[in-house]
Amino acid sequence: MSERTANRIFDIVNITFVTLFVVFCLAPFMHTIAVSLSSNRAIMSGEVTLFPIEINWDAYIQVFSNNSMLHSLGFTVILTVATTLLCMLFTVAAAYPLTKPHLKGRKFFLYLIIVTMFFSGGIIPEYLLIRDLHMINTVWSLILPGLVSPFNLIILISFFKNIPPSLEESAEIDGSSHFHTLMRIVLPLSMPVMATLALFYAVGRWNGFQDSLMYITNPELYPLQLKLFQMVQNNMVTELTQMEGANRTPLTPESLKAATVIFATVPILCVYPWLQKYFVSGVMLGAVKG
Amino acid sequence: MTKAKATEAASVKRYGGMSRRTSYMKRYWQLYALLALPLLYFIVFRYGPMYGVQIAFKDFNLFQGINGSEWIGLEAFREVFAMRDFYTTLRNTFMLNFLDLVVSFPAPIILAIMLYEIRSAWFKRISQTILYIPHFISWVIIGGIVYQLFGTQSGMINGVLQSFGFEAVPFLTDKNSWLITYLFTGVWQSAGWGTILYLAALSGVNRELFEAADVDGATRLKKIWHITLPSIKPTIVTLLILNLGKMVSIGFDRPYIIGNTAVREYSDVLSTFVYRIGLEAGQYTLATVVGLFQAVVGLVFILGSNYISKKATGDGII
Repeated sequence: MSERTANRIFDIVNITFVTLFVVFCLAPFMHTIAVSLSSNRAIMSGEVTLFPIEINWDAYIQVFSNNSMLHSLGFTVILTVATTLLCMLFTVAAAYPLTKPHLKGRKFFLYLIIVTMFFSGGIIPEYLLIRDLHMINTVWSLILPGLVSPFNLIILISFFKNIPPSLEESAEIDGSSHFHTLMRIVLPLSMPVMATLALFYAVGRWNGFQDSLMYITNPELYPLQLKLFQMVQNNMVTELTQMEGANRTPLTPESLKAATVIFATVPILCVYPWLQKYFVSGVMLGAVKG
Repeated sequence: MTKAKATEAASVKRYGGMSRRTSYMKRYWQLYALLALPLLYFIVFRYGPMYGVQIAFKDFNLFQGINGSEWIGLEAFREVFAMRDFYTTLRNTFMLNFLDLVVSFPAPIILAIMLYEIRSAWFKRISQTILYIPHFISWVIIGGIVYQLFGTQSGMINGVLQSFGFEAVPFLTDKNSWLITYLFTGVWQSAGWGTILYLAALSGVNRELFEAADVDGATRLKKIWHITLPSIKPTIVTLLILNLGKMVSIGFDRPYIIGNTAVREYSDVLSTFVYRIGLEAGQYTLATVVGLFQAVVGLVFILGSNYISKKATGDGII
């Protein structure tokens, strides 16, 4: 076998395996999309695998005419945007001063922050704190506890440190204030890492579940994940009753559940590919030095 | 710190006190102003709960509050260590983490090497974009998808199995089969994302090494074995050790959402146990004890693994 054919075969096998893995990642989505678009009959008879059968849009029409679902979506979008903005504001405000070597107390502040990466009070004391602050059933219980991620903060600090100090120094000699230097010089140079961190915060809030489970009982304030969870649990009840032998039809049609899952996934898929090139470098920065 | 303070005090004395301090504050007050709110956040929301940890040693009740409740010493610890469920959840935490490590740790390494070998830039880019997606999907959504895939009656996988004449597998309701479901979600969610660090390490490999190997007539597999793998070995070792350090910490969402009452024997872990006895049953003191136990043992593991990692590769997280 010549070297070229061997290379060829290697490439073909390699690409096949990567493709299989890509399909493995996509198949669950494809199946869910297929179910959301198929007729109830086809789903229950188990004909639906990766492609819809007897296509109809009823499930999506139902999701979009469900007011509480739309309310929850709207609430979650606003919550995510507000949380991301506040988180970025606080993270930048903390990171910039901590890059200044002459700042007195810098080391102490850094230790204060790093300790929280490795030790926390745990969810019960956290719950009691939120309760004592009267934040149960308020949006603040979903925004404030995770305002600054120490991990993201460290990423930002190490990025700021890589900006040539000469740029900032020249601005300072020109009499520019720290605020001014931060806004005009440091931040414009940090857009890739800012985009990465904003994505991390936004995804974290969008996907966040445990805090809403703990703090929110008012349906008006249900984030999408909590709403979705109740539906998933409803699935489980069906599964468990089936196990006991009763052949019960699920309360919610499968297609509706699938459509809701897709409904909650699409917003993330819309945002993420545009930021891909940024977050790859951001993740590396975070990994290089903690 | 104290030394720095002493020299500062000395210099303040020497240079005539106030004026120097005021000029320092004049230059730096903006930075302290920026820091003030974030620091307040850390003190209230990160250190506040640490203050509340004391209820592990108190007979806490909601009406008397943290300060008003009575000290009981280690009594709650004794009670927790006598609970059968505590040991079950501890075992499950180790078991699920360990199995996850065995299954999910090698996947990104293999995937990264395969991606590295791909020569078509567009194919590589599209693959990466798709492979990273699962990382951004919430556990609730994954839970929803899992029921569609693994359900015993209407799930796709059982449908396919049955069409080939196999028996349906109760992936969600039998504890042993459920482990497959649990591990599947781990690989699915993390394999693609995990390649980023390995690909980063590989981007630093000198291409001349491969050219030299070509001259020697090395096959692709040989090059992978002798060049590619050794160049990501430090990353592999570091990540492995650090992962071992996270053996006692386990997220809440995944076992809580993928698990259910039928498989609780395996799916109940420390984090869900804390939630269950603390917030569902209202036994705040006992739940805090379990949380504190997990935090302390977790800290020991992380510091230990970090120490080993530094010794082994010169690379750690702290």
